[in-house]
Amino acid sequence: MQQIIYFLRKYRYFLLFTILELIALLFTIQSHSFHKSKFVNSATSITGGVYTQMSNINDFFTLKQENRLLSEENNRLKNKLSQYLQEDSKSMVIDSFYVQSKYNYTAAKIIKNDFRKINNFITINKGSSSGLKSDMGVVNTKGIIGIVKNLSDEYATVLSILNSYSKLNVKLKNSNYFGTLTWDGNDYNTVQLIDIPRQANLSVGDTIITGGRSAIFPEGIRVGVIQDFQFEGTKFNEINIRLFNDMSALGYVQIIENIERKQQQLLEEQTTNE
Amino acid sequence: MNNKLFKILFQFIGFILLQVIVFDNIHLFGYVNPYIYIAWVLLYPLKSERGLFLFLSFLLGLCIDFFSNSGGINAASLLFIAYIRFPLLTSLLRKADLDFLLFHVSNMPFIKLLSYISILVLSHHIVLFSLEYFSFSNIGIILKHTFLSGIFTIVLLVISIQLFSPRK
Repeated sequence: MQQIIYFLRKYRYFLLFTILELIALLFTIQSHSFHKSKFVNSATSITGGVYTQMSNINDFFTLKQENRLLSEENNRLKNKLSQYLQEDSKSMVIDSFYVQSKYNYTAAKIIKNDFRKINNFITINKGSSSGLKSDMGVVNTKGIIGIVKNLSDEYATVLSILNSYSKLNVKLKNSNYFGTLTWDGNDYNTVQLIDIPRQANLSVGDTIITGGRSAIFPEGIRVGVIQDFQFEGTKFNEINIRLFNDMSALGYVQIIENIERKQQQLLEEQTTNE
Repeated sequence: MNNKLFKILFQFIGFILLQVIVFDNIHLFGYVNPYIYIAWVLLYPLKSERGLFLFLSFLLGLCIDFFSNSGGINAASLLFIAYIRFPLLTSLLRKADLDFLLFHVSNMPFIKLLSYISILVLSHHIVLFSLEYFSFSNIGIILKHTFLSGIFTIVLLVISIQLFSPRK
């Protein structure tokens, strides 16, 4: 007993060091697993508060650009609307009572945007009090951004597509070949497309959109265009995608809620269990 | 004693805010960021309870991790250099220097100060980037980032310690 106490006294700093280091490693390993929600995240009220103050100041300098983006978006939507109105006058009137949208959109603002690391996260200023939940899709007017991960009442963190653990279902716009979107951590304007079958006909400049298989994103949200690709034997080696979004200059985003998601997941689970 | 503790806590919060608000947004050449919150460990008083020092270093790293969504990588690396600081100082300096009550890091000879800072900064960075990339296949990138960010941090720390330390 005397020996043990002596031992503990002699190595007490080393023991403390080891214990704390193990805790830190535990958090690190937890952060590297994609499916677990993390304890250490910037959605807390203190970190969120600091980032809100910072973005309030930054906002002032990006007003001009933000204005331009909004007017472009306005323009695009107005064009679409006039198309619909023309079609509508010819066709039948649709009873809007029975047409319910499958997706709900919530607007939020990015208060912290990382894009230089290997595993990037984005912090936004809406949380569970605004009806957000984990695994909702995040987009902006130009295209896809990421998936909601951790939430507090007022803030949420978003797993950016610039994260080595981000894997999204996408497809080619002109043919129905599906693939997976990943990121190799090098350039924040290019992401990689894998798992495309060899028989797919690719050419530089083809548009990539979301696949709609995942129940997170609706089908057809724009992602980017093919920049270059290489063959390796019988499969595509690596297809580089140039993103429509400039991931270094993001402002306002929309969070997509899939209303029928539970239903879809339940059905998929039942089918696989049988 | 109270005054000393207050100063330490003030520096604690100050370095977190400085790192998060200013130095996380520098991105020299696209990815080189200085990690100046390390200075808190470098400047921590020598004559103090070592257990508390280790625990506070862990806490400081964890706070930075909360801000940057990085799991526990800053906590692990800062705790590591907090642990090796004392053995490093005893090997760099003579015993008489360390026993001196009013000893301050800025009173060290320049060469020794430089090696003290460089060794701690580089070991911090290599632990940090190894944990961030978390794979052996990225060893080239880890070393590159350690080296480039390390030089930037060392230069900033040497300059600021020379500028802001009390002179007698």
